[in-house]
Amino acid sequence: MRLPFILMVMLVSTYVYGQNCESILYGKIIDLHDGSPLSGATIIVAGPETAVLSDLDGSFVVKDLCDQTYNLQVSHPECSTKSFTVRISGNTTKTLRLEHHLEELNQITITGSTYTTKSETLFENRIDQQQIENNISNSLGDVLNSLSGVSSLNTGNTVVKPVINGLHSSRVKIINNGVIMQDQEWGAEHAPNIDLNTAGQITVIKGASALQYAGDAVGGVVISETPKIAITDTLFGKTILAGASNGRGGALTSTLTKSYANGWFGSIQGTIKRFGDFESPDYVLSNTGTFERALSARIGFNGITQGAEAYYSYFKNEIGILRASHLGGAEDQVAAIGSDRPLIIRDFTHDINEPKQDVNHHLARLSFFKKFENLGKISLQYDFQQNNRFEFDIRRGNDAEKPSVDLKLTSHNLALNLEGKMGEDVSFKTGSLFGYQENVANPNTGIRRLIPDYESYHVGLFGLAEYDLSEKILIEGGLRWDYTKLDVFKFYRTSFWESRNYDQLFPELVVEDFGDQILTNPQPDFSNFSGTLGALYRISNTYNLFVNFSLASRAPNPSELYSEGLHQSASRIELGDLSFDSEIAKKIAVTFQRKGDNWSFTLNPYVNFISDFLLIEPTGVQQTIRGNFQVWEYRQTQARLLGIDFDFESNLTDRLLFRHQFSLVKGQDETLDLPLINIPPANTVNEVIFKVPAFYDASFGLQSQYVFRQNEFPDTNFEVFIPTTQTTTEVDVSTPPDAYHLINLHSDFTFNLNSKSELRLGIDVNNLFNTTYRDYLNRLRYYADDLGRNISFNLKINY
Amino acid sequence: MKTIKYLFALLAVSLVTVSCSDDDDGTPDPVNEEELITTLTATMSPDGGGTPVVFVSRDLDGDGPNDPVITVSGNLTAGTTYNGTIVVLNESEDPAENITLEVIEEDDEHQFFFVAGGNLDVTTAYSDMDGDGNPLGVQFSVTANTASTGTLTFILRHEPKKPNDGTPSDAGGETDISATFDVTVQ
Repeated sequence: MRLPFILMVMLVSTYVYGQNCESILYGKIIDLHDGSPLSGATIIVAGPETAVLSDLDGSFVVKDLCDQTYNLQVSHPECSTKSFTVRISGNTTKTLRLEHHLEELNQITITGSTYTTKSETLFENRIDQQQIENNISNSLGDVLNSLSGVSSLNTGNTVVKPVINGLHSSRVKIINNGVIMQDQEWGAEHAPNIDLNTAGQITVIKGASALQYAGDAVGGVVISETPKIAITDTLFGKTILAGASNGRGGALTSTLTKSYANGWFGSIQGTIKRFGDFESPDYVLSNTGTFERALSARIGFNGITQGAEAYYSYFKNEIGILRASHLGGAEDQVAAIGSDRPLIIRDFTHDINEPKQDVNHHLARLSFFKKFENLGKISLQYDFQQNNRFEFDIRRGNDAEKPSVDLKLTSHNLALNLEGKMGEDVSFKTGSLFGYQENVANPNTGIRRLIPDYESYHVGLFGLAEYDLSEKILIEGGLRWDYTKLDVFKFYRTSFWESRNYDQLFPELVVEDFGDQILTNPQPDFSNFSGTLGALYRISNTYNLFVNFSLASRAPNPSELYSEGLHQSASRIELGDLSFDSEIAKKIAVTFQRKGDNWSFTLNPYVNFISDFLLIEPTGVQQTIRGNFQVWEYRQTQARLLGIDFDFESNLTDRLLFRHQFSLVKGQDETLDLPLINIPPANTVNEVIFKVPAFYDASFGLQSQYVFRQNEFPDTNFEVFIPTTQTTTEVDVSTPPDAYHLINLHSDFTFNLNSKSELRLGIDVNNLFNTTYRDYLNRLRYYADDLGRNISFNLKINY
Repeated sequence: MKTIKYLFALLAVSLVTVSCSDDDDGTPDPVNEEELITTLTATMSPDGGGTPVVFVSRDLDGDGPNDPVITVSGNLTAGTTYNGTIVVLNESEDPAENITLEVIEEDDEHQFFFVAGGNLDVTTAYSDMDGDGNPLGVQFSVTANTASTGTLTFILRHEPKKPNDGTPSDAGGETDISATFDVTVQ
């Protein structure tokens, strides 16, 4: 955008008026917020009407001025036009400050400004606004899935958890508008409680280097940021409507934003999404509908030296879980896995029945910042979150309507941060975090608590610094300390307490004995250090090399520590262990990047060594009056993840673009010398995009997505005696499904309605050939095929 | 130095906020596991009178580590038909809750299945029906044919396909109870 203006600098002729006027004004235009030079600003001197443009350094020169006072009008495409009074006395030097519009409002976030790099030495992957808008009826996990090195752990197709370089759940932190989501992320069937449509951009950091957020992001960090709001008097909005054939539903999202030139702004956004049963190529996936509602609002003031914002969002999602996946014990599992088709297939419906999830998430944030001249920027943020999760199973009698899981997780966090510069070359960020969290499991479910009642206290301190060693080399380092203390009230079955020898090991934890169960009060605390060190080497204008080391420490989550009993949605018994320690990951990531006009690539190999890696694996079969159940126990081990992500993009012609993506990760349990479970298989995406700018700015894409078979997996099969057949049968829960290949089509067109409004239409076909497939990382792959063909449209209006 | 003061003030406010939020009101209540089935008792009385044979499977810790305790009061006599009744209890409550009543109330959503295994030579039959005239199995009969040994498994399915061919594999649904007894006919 700025290039044409710079060129114009050379073309603009300056008119000279007056006599005996030979003074020269040497001026510089800078951004009032951060002092960065503004190029391409037009400076008009009133009187002589001389017009000049600022160059790349923001500098401009006006010659032949008289020694008097002039009025200057300075305008810039991204700023409000401003007048300055300048007194010329001989050759004069003057710095003019303009308020840069696109300076984001979210200065208050603990990151500093949004849409900037989160970690300078770890390559970041981004999802832009258009990709988000093309996917309004999908979930966060679906969209992240399109990045290399990011896959998803699914329960059906509506519960989608991001997996970064083979790691997920508590190892992946999700930052929603500056707030770390506290939404019971530990569970494999708990999807992030976030409305994708609140985001203007999503960034994925594949490592723990973003220490300003957390020190325990062993897998990585997903950062969702709200769109920028310009500081001008304006009112604008957008509405997107999407519809899809598979699931026979759609989504509607709308945003309205009002802002003022004085810095005040307000924005309100809402989304509603409704789908019925989805369909595989051959049958209806009964009870897989979803009904999502979300609302968010923000209001604030963004001044030059201070600002404040209040943000609130509410997210509610009802998700049906495939009816055929609700099972009793291992005997039912044998029958369900043995069948090619789900054992329950009903007619299509939009109704969502049990088994289902109903999650509600409130998030409120208050933030302030103030800039001090010699200190830097201080920001203070308070956030409140409440996550209320219900899971409904198929139950009997009076309990039929009751949830089996009813957990309310309430979090309060207060963060105080300081960022600034020390000299020309060093910038730093430092901060502290205080958190309190309370989990309450409603005892009226009539089912023993999966996650116990607890309170947790958290203190975090961090410091990060960046040093520009030279034009070409930037060095970044940081340290963080986190202290977490839990105060837990957990009921154990007496039989389990004794079978684990806890009565000998932890007799002091017992608070009350109820005969068949005992109440205990464990109060573990964890003190964790994390750190990062990295360098960015700008080899040339086109080549960059990023090298980063990160150390992450993660305290075990409540599920890993205190699970003890049947997890109905997995139809297995899960057992944690009171004595677990924090897991510690050391990751080295290197990215070699080329950014050229005609072709670009990034090559990103990495290795992650994790000691005391927490994993859950089957250890046996438990007999109960309900039949046999497989027992899965958590264990700590030495793990190693080794992988590579590769992206390539090339303009074959000025109309034709080719994109390639390849990801491979290998996970190894080094203690047992066995592969890790649930490691994403290698996959590759190849895409050609053909652009026809003359025809409504159209683009057409043809995408091939190939997922290899996972050949490295641990054998977790088990044998179970089936009384009805009087045989012992092996239950194959470990063999991964075959490789699959999907073809997708995409097209979009833009229609200009008038000068202010445009309409964009997208038409997509996913799984064009209605291919039957199952995915290794879908927990329901034992019971049903994945989705069949889906034809969808997406209509966006800006106004 | 004013800025440093400002910093400390913020820090103090934050600490107060954090320390105020502890509103612990005591210990949580134990969960009343209303739906739990701990005990299945099948009482089989010989047609025409005599000492009943009683099978009990009791699993007081539910899905805890202890296996169910299985007791069989005696052998079946060849050539005899027994009239059986099943009682299902939740003995984790005091007094024990009779789950059989719930099964009968929702008879269209439940069915017991009787599966003889090994060489056991018995014939089972349903003695009761649900509201739609399909078998339920709280009342049943067992005819001991010839002298033999093997297993008899009682299975309770929730939401089976009804009607079905009398086998659990055809009926589907979720297994609520699966209790296997070693049985001798003499």
